[in-house]
Amino acid sequence: MANVLVRVNSAPKQQLAASLLPLFKNIQIRSNSAQVSTPPPQTKTKFGGLADQDRVFTNLYGRHDWRLKGAMKRGDWYKTKEILEKGVDWILNEIKASGLRGRGGAGFPSGMKWSFMNKPSDGRPKYLVVNADEGEPGTCKDREIMRHDPHKLIEGCLIAGRAMGARAAYIYIRGEFYNEASNMQLAIAEAYQAGLLGKNACNSGYDFDVFMHRGAGAYICGEETALIESLEGKQGKPRLKPPFPADVGVFGCPTTVANVETVAVAPTICRRGGVWFASFGRTRNSGTKLFNISGHVNNPCTVEEEMSIPLKELIERHCGGVRGGWDNLLGIIPGGSSTPIIPKDVCAEALMDFDGLVACQTSLGTAAIIVMDKSTDVIKAIARLIAFYKHESCGQCTPCREGVSWMNKIMTRFVSGNARPDEIDMLWEVSKQIEGHSICALGDGAAWPVQGLIRHFRPVIEQRMQDFEKRQEATN
Amino acid sequence: MLRAPMFRALVLAQLPSRAGILFTTSRMQSNAPAKAPEKIEVFIDDQPVMVAPGTTVLQAAAQVGVEIPRFCYHERLAVAGNCRMCLVEVEKSPKPVAACAMPVMKGWRIKTNSDMTRKAREGVMEFLLSNHPLDCPICDQGGECDLQDQAMAFGSDRSRFTDINHAGKRAVEDKDIGPLVKTIMTRCIHCTRCIRFASEVAGVDDLGTTGRGNEMQVGMYVEKLFLTELSGNVIDLCPVGALTNKPYSFVARPWEIRKVDSIDVLDALGSNIVVSTRTGEVLRILPRENEDINEEWLSDKSRFACDGLKRQRLITPMLRKPDGEFEAVEWESALITAAQAIRNAPKDKIAAVAGSLVDAEQLVAVKDLLNRLGSELLCTEQKFPTADGTSGTDLRSNYLLNSSIASCEDADLVLLVGTNPRYEAPLLNTRLRKGYVHKEQDIAYIGPEVDLSYRYEYLGNRSLTIEDIAKGKHPFAQRLKQAKRPLIIVGANALARNDGKAYIAALQSFARQLKPEDKNWKVWNVLQTNASQVAALDVGYKPGVEEVLAAQPKVLFLLGADGNAVNKENIPKDCFVIYQGHHGDQGAQLAHAILPGAAYTEKQGTYVNTEGRAQQTLVAVSPPGMAREDWKIIRALSEVVGTVLPYDTLDELRNRMEDIAPHLVRYGHLEENNFYAQAEQLIKTQASSFQGDVDVNQKSLEDFFMTDSITRASPTMAKCVAAVKKAQATG
Repeated sequence: MANVLVRVNSAPKQQLAASLLPLFKNIQIRSNSAQVSTPPPQTKTKFGGLADQDRVFTNLYGRHDWRLKGAMKRGDWYKTKEILEKGVDWILNEIKASGLRGRGGAGFPSGMKWSFMNKPSDGRPKYLVVNADEGEPGTCKDREIMRHDPHKLIEGCLIAGRAMGARAAYIYIRGEFYNEASNMQLAIAEAYQAGLLGKNACNSGYDFDVFMHRGAGAYICGEETALIESLEGKQGKPRLKPPFPADVGVFGCPTTVANVETVAVAPTICRRGGVWFASFGRTRNSGTKLFNISGHVNNPCTVEEEMSIPLKELIERHCGGVRGGWDNLLGIIPGGSSTPIIPKDVCAEALMDFDGLVACQTSLGTAAIIVMDKSTDVIKAIARLIAFYKHESCGQCTPCREGVSWMNKIMTRFVSGNARPDEIDMLWEVSKQIEGHSICALGDGAAWPVQGLIRHFRPVIEQRMQDFEKRQEATN
Repeated sequence: MLRAPMFRALVLAQLPSRAGILFTTSRMQSNAPAKAPEKIEVFIDDQPVMVAPGTTVLQAAAQVGVEIPRFCYHERLAVAGNCRMCLVEVEKSPKPVAACAMPVMKGWRIKTNSDMTRKAREGVMEFLLSNHPLDCPICDQGGECDLQDQAMAFGSDRSRFTDINHAGKRAVEDKDIGPLVKTIMTRCIHCTRCIRFASEVAGVDDLGTTGRGNEMQVGMYVEKLFLTELSGNVIDLCPVGALTNKPYSFVARPWEIRKVDSIDVLDALGSNIVVSTRTGEVLRILPRENEDINEEWLSDKSRFACDGLKRQRLITPMLRKPDGEFEAVEWESALITAAQAIRNAPKDKIAAVAGSLVDAEQLVAVKDLLNRLGSELLCTEQKFPTADGTSGTDLRSNYLLNSSIASCEDADLVLLVGTNPRYEAPLLNTRLRKGYVHKEQDIAYIGPEVDLSYRYEYLGNRSLTIEDIAKGKHPFAQRLKQAKRPLIIVGANALARNDGKAYIAALQSFARQLKPEDKNWKVWNVLQTNASQVAALDVGYKPGVEEVLAAQPKVLFLLGADGNAVNKENIPKDCFVIYQGHHGDQGAQLAHAILPGAAYTEKQGTYVNTEGRAQQTLVAVSPPGMAREDWKIIRALSEVVGTVLPYDTLDELRNRMEDIAPHLVRYGHLEENNFYAQAEQLIKTQASSFQGDVDVNQKSLEDFFMTDSITRASPTMAKCVAAVKKAQATG
């Protein structure tokens, strides 16, 4: 319990006052089961409606000062030294207790991933690499953090870096994010000037540097090993694994690559306690999350919400509903362009978390929700995505290089209907031939949208082909 | 030019478990005591096999004789893992794994023929073929194409690439990378073998990929010459017909040609080759694997100079008419004329000079003939330091690459003096580069500044430096003394200089002072440049023509002596010159009688390479026209002269060779050298001083291609020189 008390004490005061009681309840429930390995039973049944005091990103919309002064006002850099001094194990335990899973798409438990770095040193420095190459179509969460709350990320680098014993952090930022990069760079400079970074960061006795590196505009550089290659100055082409980056990463040294959001929530988790974070969302899917809703909604937005919020509620509550009403909905891509589309009836039931979307044969991905109403040509929409993946495939391995471009050719014909119905099955098989056979996950990401389309919209494709045939007959 | 990023290979080589890997740098590894790692058991198709930790799935499968198909994987290159042809199922793994890159874990059950594996292969094959042109009927790789073979074995029996009727296939513009390698880039399957060969083995970082996805292209970004002496190897490495042999293009199909195993003689390494012939014509030369010599590479000169065997050939015996013109004659009159000249000459005025391409059989036959006639005047064209009544060539260890070619890569410190191994012996240079890249070898070099394809410590070109090192005054001498496996490699051309004695005297006694860790480690090495030199010295030819010319011979045999050591200026005016050889080159111009001999592809001849290993060429084609095997010509001449040589068959001649020097007929065997101390004593007496700076003959690639009568006659080699000159002119 001592740890719990410390955590309560270290939380910002106004937040504490507002939420002490419910927070404490949660602690009681969770702290008993935090030690055992099996996840606690699911007691909470309703998710969503995140209270303002529970938001991690308090300047998501840039209404306040993003610089150091404003950030400190919002509680960033508050007692960072004390957090660092609690040591590696304490930080890792908090992250583990929080149930934080990587926010970049794969959803690997962050506490476990960071603890991979804590092997006895062999003399090589360790590095934290922050993946800020946010390129997934539909996704726009990291840029909000970097341009409006950069100090959250920098402080996160320091704490996460401490947790893995890293010497420095490299923030690999997407080249197109010019303003974000310039805000980040300014924020880093501020942090250095304030003694929060560099030698003896935050007076903790720990030396830590943060460097920012701008990418050159390739989607594939968001893949962790391609990002490492690119950071080293080579062509951004994914490496084979093993060796994993935790053994041989950037410049041949142990490296952990983590998403911006994952790193940026770490300070708040440490300050308010892993158990607080774990109180949101379903078991194994805990926390708050930035959702990006775009497409045919009345009010597209990026919003921080509780995990496991029903998809329908998320759209109704924050986006003013689907354009033309829920009944006008055709389908939703729930996690960024690489996740399979789900039709309206599935959307009505879907819970926005890792397990909830896997149950719908799709994936949370980066929680970038692309809403399509009935005016959408869904075949053309997916074809456009495949064209994107074809363009962004690095070309290194056969299935992705040849397969995605072939899928693109087929999809282009499907848009006009110039194909035979049996080619739908062939396309399915081709997508299966790519999935799981490539070096990195780009092949999978290209195969899934096609699979989602065939799974749920096969009649539409067939209809298109019949129409095309009729037109052909008419012209002949 | 950086040392290889070794972590990939390293971690693969010593991966204890998937999650917890302790990284060891190569330096640390080399210092650690070699502990035999515990073997782990894996199952390949339910067959148990014990393998060392870090073995890849593909290697483990190979141990039980299961071959996994692959395109990008090559055992001598870094693992790329990008073709995905080697995907295999591993029990309990949801996805198939790339066998070439994945180290096995204890207890893994690998299924190389399961449904999942077969499906994965078929899928990859379908993808590869979807953009591969269907031009097998006009493709030079047809019949020896990995893609063809594996498509037959693992591919589907029908195509469903319906888009051939819509968008069609990808087409890529061809690139001009020189006169040796023809590119048809549409056929490329992006395995990147050529890229990896160029940057890892050849040390030329020219090749790479540009573009992304389906538009990715292998090339050089800017179109230029693939400037390396090893470019031909990418033809062998290319699993499809994207890189083919330009001079050989559209010449023959693999099933039409006869293949004969032989030995290359265009440098002194004796690279193992396969000569491909059809209807009495040498069409192409490929390397043959020999781990001790050339691994599986071959230099461009050895590979592409074979068209020189068809041009400038001496196909009929000739006699010089009084007006100076040559007249083609029958063998009978040529032999009678030559024999008359021999009989008329005083017995100690008959001499012979051996060139660079002569086989040991001919050397022995000529020596026997002249000895029987009463002459001792036999020499090689290339000099080697001898004097003072003793001979530097009496003991083999003085003039051989004693440490053997293969162990050159194991040295930790190498000193190169007056030799450019990159062009004098390209495949020795790849060994040194391998040592440099993978085994932390350091190399220092004395001579004019050249590009050796790896970084070396340049000690300048002053001969004074050699003296300083030999006397221990130079800082590098200390490093050599501390080295565990030091090597001193001296070029034969440096020793052939007038001050060659100084080189050998200084460096060999210094080499003797070094104390390598292993007592059997050989420090002193001479890199020969002529294929015939070692055999000639072994059977007792004297190095260098001075002694012979000083004797004012009346009859002079030139045995393929085209190196300009004997020329119009220094030859006695009344000397009757008999040229025996296969090419109408410099030597033939001096001749009064020409006896046409056989080139190395046309005879069964013994050659001893620079490390002292005897190997034999085999008859791939018969000699052109009236040309004959060389020892037979000498045997016939001896009959006419009246001093009959006592051997009628090759076997009898080889028995005679065995009497002289048993190692000459122990083919493939490397004879251990000894008497190092005595060899040094012989040299010590020859104190001499240096004259001028250290130099090498072949400084850049243009000097590499034409070095002997065969390569000078080769149009391909001429094109290479022109291309290199043009590339250098245009920057």
